[in-house]
Amino acid sequence: MQGMTFIVKTATRLLVGIIFLFGVYITFYGHLTPGGGFAGGIILACGFILLTLAFGKDMALGKLSDFWASLLDNVGALAFWSIAFFGYTAGYFFMNFIEKSQPFGLMSSGTILFSNIAIGVKVFASIFAVFLALTIFGRFVSGLVNAEDEE
Amino acid sequence: MLIYFLNSILFVLGLYCLIAKKHLVKKIIGMVIMEYAINLFIILLGYKDNGIPPILLPEMNRASFLQHSVDPLPQALVLTSIVIGLSTLALMVAISLRLYEKYKTFDMSEIRRLRG
Amino acid sequence: MLFLFYSLLVFCIIGSIIAIEARNILASVISTGVVGMGLSIMFLFLGAPDIAIVQVVVEIIVLIILIRSTVSIDNTAITGHRDTFAILSSLIFFGLFLVFGFMAFRGLPPFGEPLMTISSQYLQNSVNDTGASNVIMGILLDYRAYDTLGEATVIFTAILGSFVVLRIRGKKKKEEADKVRVGIPISKELEASKKPEEVVG
Repeated sequence: MQGMTFIVKTATRLLVGIIFLFGVYITFYGHLTPGGGFAGGIILACGFILLTLAFGKDMALGKLSDFWASLLDNVGALAFWSIAFFGYTAGYFFMNFIEKSQPFGLMSSGTILFSNIAIGVKVFASIFAVFLALTIFGRFVSGLVNAEDEE
Repeated sequence: MLIYFLNSILFVLGLYCLIAKKHLVKKIIGMVIMEYAINLFIILLGYKDNGIPPILLPEMNRASFLQHSVDPLPQALVLTSIVIGLSTLALMVAISLRLYEKYKTFDMSEIRRLRG
Repeated sequence: MLFLFYSLLVFCIIGSIIAIEARNILASVISTGVVGMGLSIMFLFLGAPDIAIVQVVVEIIVLIILIRSTVSIDNTAITGHRDTFAILSSLIFFGLFLVFGFMAFRGLPPFGEPLMTISSQYLQNSVNDTGASNVIMGILLDYRAYDTLGEATVIFTAILGSFVVLRIRGKKKKEEADKVRVGIPISKELEASKKPEEVVG
């Protein structure tokens, strides 16, 4: 898949950094403002999909290949599980064991911040990998999709 | 009362599209419309008149927050449900693309007739 | 405010009727995108900004996935005989469903006065117990974190299932075992440059 015209490439170069920053902000401040891990992860995936559509698949695969996307997915799921198991050190399963400071701060809610980060990474990697598998590595012959069929 | 009725009309439209159409992508669209209707129903159950969202801001009074905010529990359930709907849609589209490759058509009655 | 809800719901119903009865599949997909955006505006006025954000971004991804499955395929319209039995039986069932639903909705509390038996406890104790100002995140990740764990598992399994459906088989040689590669299929150039590893298959 090749990229798009010069206008789209210039606009993407200006916008992509802001989109990533917005996704990371919504993930990190999920316990204070609306958002959370799910919304932030999908916004990050949208940013990467914009990069893929504007510049072609080679550049986007150079930034985050399919192997690394699958690996990040598993790392996020395992991190969420391990946060749950660390609750056993302080009491019961999934207990919020980190000390809570005053409200309306970044570290004011214990394990909720780390859970948001783990879920954000997991959802981002999953949605980007599904987009790659459905659109880039197409299987049948048509005008827009590469023919990757080996049978 | 009337608003629940309108919502169930949306659900019934989605279910009709799932059953009575033959094109595979239309069946998938029917399922997406059914999910919208169910999520909307759950959030409609938790609405309070002249309510504010359940997010505490620093300058807010605690007593008025407790009195005016809408129900937060249905919103937590619906947040889960929307993202699960997205991933099952990915699985459905993957299966329909493989069916198209094998039978060269999207028509369900043709696929049922050919069958391998 | 109530008039706004009614008009947005009627807009969604008209959009879904267009999505069902359109002949061109691309028109159907775009109409269901419009229904999703109208739904997101309705969530915003119902006091749920969290859900509105998630609905907008999920709607964009749904549009991308659905357009992928329809834009590069030649025959998009199905003409032929209608399935009369399915249409008739579904219409009778839906009439019965609406009648019984109408009788059942009388048992619900009136619209705009929720019961909130346990939600009042959550609203009172959320900032002290969990420390999160966003009560919804406090519910999802502290009081009911087990449901979020189940949801992460469902998402993981569904996406893993879609990878398995879309995999590429390796070439079968008569004297060798069946080399089947699992995972996201990679393109031919990348495959020629590195050796394929044999996974359990």
